[in-house]
Amino acid sequence: MSIPADLKYTQTHEWAKREADGTVAVGITHHAQEMLGDMVFVEVPAVGRKLAAGEECAVVESVKSASDVYAPIAGEVVAVNADVEGSPEQINQDAYGAWMFKLKPDNAADLDGLLDAAGYQAVVDSEAH
Amino acid sequence: MLIFELSRSGRGSPALAPSAADLGDIPAECRRMSKPLLPEVSELDAVRHYTRLSQKNFSIDTQFYPLGSCTMKYNPKAAHALAMQREFLARHPLAPEDSGQGVLACLYELQEILREVTGMAGVSLTPMAGAQGEFAGVAMIRAYHESRGDAARREIIVPDAAHGTNPATATMCGYAVKEIPTDADGNVDLEALKAAVGPQTAGLMLTNPSTLGVFEQQIRAIQQIVHEAGGLTYYDGANLNAILGKVRPGDMGFDVIHVNLHKTFATPHGGGGPGSGPVGVSERLLPFLPVPMVGRDGNSYRWLTEKDRPQSIGRLSAHMGNTGVLLRAYVYARMLGGEGMKRVADMATLNANYLMAQLKAAGFDVTFGRRRASHEFIVSLKGLKEKTGVSAMDVAKRLLDKGFHAPTTYFPLLVPECLLIEPTETETKQTLDGFVAALTEIRDEAERDAALVKGAPYTTPVRRLDDVKAAREPDLAWKAA
Amino acid sequence: MPYIPHTEDDLQAMLAAIGAGSVEDLFDEIPAALRAGSLDLPPALNEMEVSRLMEERAAQDGRWLNFIGAGAYEHHIPAAVWQIAGRGEYYTAYTPYQAEASQGTLQTLYEYQSMMASLTGLDVSNASLYDGASALAEAVLMAVRAHKTSRRVLAVAGLHPVWQQVVKSIVGNQGIELVTVPYCTEGGHTMADSLSAHEGQDYAALIVAQPNVFGVLEEADALTDWAQGQGMRVIAVVNPTSLGILKAPGEWGAKGADIAVGEGQPLGAPLSSGGPYFGFMACKQELVRQMPGRIVGRTVDLEGREGFTLTLQAREQHIRRSKATSNICTNQGLMVTAATIYMSLLGPDGLAKVAAASHANTRRLVEKLTAIPGVERLFSEPFFHEAVITVEPPAGEVLRALKAQGILGGLDLGEWCPELGGHAILVCATETKSEADLDRYAEHLERIIAKRSQGPACTKLKPNENSKW
Repeated sequence: MSIPADLKYTQTHEWAKREADGTVAVGITHHAQEMLGDMVFVEVPAVGRKLAAGEECAVVESVKSASDVYAPIAGEVVAVNADVEGSPEQINQDAYGAWMFKLKPDNAADLDGLLDAAGYQAVVDSEAH
Repeated sequence: MLIFELSRSGRGSPALAPSAADLGDIPAECRRMSKPLLPEVSELDAVRHYTRLSQKNFSIDTQFYPLGSCTMKYNPKAAHALAMQREFLARHPLAPEDSGQGVLACLYELQEILREVTGMAGVSLTPMAGAQGEFAGVAMIRAYHESRGDAARREIIVPDAAHGTNPATATMCGYAVKEIPTDADGNVDLEALKAAVGPQTAGLMLTNPSTLGVFEQQIRAIQQIVHEAGGLTYYDGANLNAILGKVRPGDMGFDVIHVNLHKTFATPHGGGGPGSGPVGVSERLLPFLPVPMVGRDGNSYRWLTEKDRPQSIGRLSAHMGNTGVLLRAYVYARMLGGEGMKRVADMATLNANYLMAQLKAAGFDVTFGRRRASHEFIVSLKGLKEKTGVSAMDVAKRLLDKGFHAPTTYFPLLVPECLLIEPTETETKQTLDGFVAALTEIRDEAERDAALVKGAPYTTPVRRLDDVKAAREPDLAWKAA
Repeated sequence: MPYIPHTEDDLQAMLAAIGAGSVEDLFDEIPAALRAGSLDLPPALNEMEVSRLMEERAAQDGRWLNFIGAGAYEHHIPAAVWQIAGRGEYYTAYTPYQAEASQGTLQTLYEYQSMMASLTGLDVSNASLYDGASALAEAVLMAVRAHKTSRRVLAVAGLHPVWQQVVKSIVGNQGIELVTVPYCTEGGHTMADSLSAHEGQDYAALIVAQPNVFGVLEEADALTDWAQGQGMRVIAVVNPTSLGILKAPGEWGAKGADIAVGEGQPLGAPLSSGGPYFGFMACKQELVRQMPGRIVGRTVDLEGREGFTLTLQAREQHIRRSKATSNICTNQGLMVTAATIYMSLLGPDGLAKVAAASHANTRRLVEKLTAIPGVERLFSEPFFHEAVITVEPPAGEVLRALKAQGILGGLDLGEWCPELGGHAILVCATETKSEADLDRYAEHLERIIAKRSQGPACTKLKPNENSKW
């Protein structure tokens, strides 16, 4: 599956998307969900929590693994996706549609410091070796 | 069929319970409001139900169980029978010491036996499982540093091949965990270790032979690096069976060790416990051992408590840990004697190396084939997976159809598609040959008809279970319709 | 050599296959300097010899008429319990990681979880922890994790004193503190007044022991409502036998306790000098992911048949490593198998009868003992199946005299509760005691106390206080 060009990425397999209202939606990549397998549980951060860039803030679990999700940039959690919490399989079905939480960034420009699609593709490729 | 589905209101086994009695002055607000959903069945119903359920299990008494790092050896029947004598079973844990001199003598002697076998300065029997022994060990490391006013040591180093309980234990003791890598021969990466230690190092947790089934040859150098940095070293006794009477952890320089009696000392696994995880320590950690311990005054025995040992890390259970398990281990140890213990390591190692050689000869990819196996070794099925799509998990499941329990799969995590195989000393050559034949047959099946292997098992009471459904829609307790 | 099957022919064939000259060669990777010499151990015994030794040891421990409880209780165990639990298929099976080869153990655990959830009135139970005291420590860790800000837990002071010590040993390294609320010296229970000092403070949980270590019944409803009103969770410490007749923790107060733990020993485990027992733990659904230990779930197989498997494993050490809910791995599976069979054999009515008969026996014992001049009941509040009496002479002295008659007359509370002054004895008479047993205790106690009050002659025979026995 191709990596969407309109999103930003991290080395740790999160994607981030600038929304029209200035917030940033965060989820995990298609590649990440493939490595983890069938999702069975998602834990999202509390609304109102202030996150530093790179801070552990959510957990995704499959049957036999669990993985932390890190904040791509600093900001305050303003919304969480209750649908994904209720049916984590959405991450398997549509990783780039299943956002987990939205941040109000401390500094919107931070997003520009993340990887673009080509940069993330390189991360995925390097893991295959 | 669940036991609840056999239940009929008004049925029961009245002969098993006392006569009815009134509740006297127990206030109404303290009384139960509704009957618990316990089954109402006859004695025969219950006997038949649980006997039939037992028949759905694999067990050592019925199958070969080459489960790496678990040491599934034969559990002698004599140990069970002798620990189940009425006087032992009926003895209340708080009964006076002079009414328990028999059991206390056994426990005291077991402490001494384990002390000799491990080469440590002292042993406490109280931890109730390996993980609790680990907890006691790391808690003692912490108590030692604190007793010296050395509060800066906040970190425990763990090799990446370690069992998951090691890092989890460090966390429970309030420590951060630093993982270090393993080199291509299965040894600890010494350079990485040197870089990792410092004034923040509380200690290192290590299994030797390692979880990769090889003896860590640089053990002296490792000890020196950690000790010079002011840290202590912890020996995870998971793999003690391989070196029983051959090398003693105390002689390797370890400061603290736990022993899994349900592995090395042949006490049963019981479908997941009870285990027992006694701890042994070097001289400098003696004051911190968990209580109670057993002391001897002349010809009589007594509990040693906080009063005798004020620096102890304290108690880990309400009484003396899993005493009944300790009695079984004592019987086993007395039946072996010193020479018998060495023979355990000899034959466990012989069986592992024989099985490794036969599998290698049959064309399997043995991961550390250049090395001696300790009591266990790793086969990687990466090649088979690439060729046929059949995974280690599939092979493990197919083994069940051939009448063998599966080896440990996907542990250690470092080796792809791995089987960790530990035959133990109590299996015959003929059983091991049968296992080689079964694995070879499965490989042939995989190459001929991969779907057959991927669909296994077929002969067990159920086929592969839907783990995803189990986790997504947890059904953890039966509820009346 | 015991339990080693190889013939000399096998041995040679195996060495040849390996290409080793001797078994000793297989250890050539171990540095010579590290190799052990011969072990200094007693000589090996055969099965007959070790049987004789162990029979002698057992005989040394003797047989006693026991009235000690204090957290471990002597109950009748139906013969079927250990005949079945002792079957090799249960006794020698491993942890059920290979579900298809472990359906017996897994279904038994699922049934156990169902029984414990119902008995405690909570949603879910795990598959067991080591013992009651360590289960309480795990419950404290769980409540602190769930609370997120507080690292303090409040407990009624009537919580078993050794359990308090165990909790401190296990959670202390994580900077978690246990604070106690004193009990009423007259009633033996916790009074609402003493809680007010803790109002408005940040605690993760309140631990309520029902009954408490003195056998006294606490006002569990009021304590639960108070704690939950303060934003704390409630950890119930309960005796599983008592739940045959006492209110389930899930029904305490308006919302029910959040977590229930206890010592599972009364459900089919023999006293065995202290173990193996098992700890049980049940909780509300919302806390299930904070729960430590193994949990079994019901699911279906490829063909849609009902089956059982370990589930929610991502909480556990083998996956989460340093972030696991606990380091627990092995639990007390076989003891739980016995408990499940025990509960099935007794059923709801049988368990209620065991609880009621034990309570009635203790009540009658207390009546008989307190009819003796100089023997009183210490606390006034209602109790369950265990009570504190006081005697005029030092408790230790009285108990030693009873022991000379083959009677273990209860626990001297002097060590656990020095504030009670050395004359208090905790007594328990379960359903296993007959009327004649109770009379025997009362008659001997009466004689011992009367004899002592006759004059100084006896005091000269008093054992040396420095001697342990």
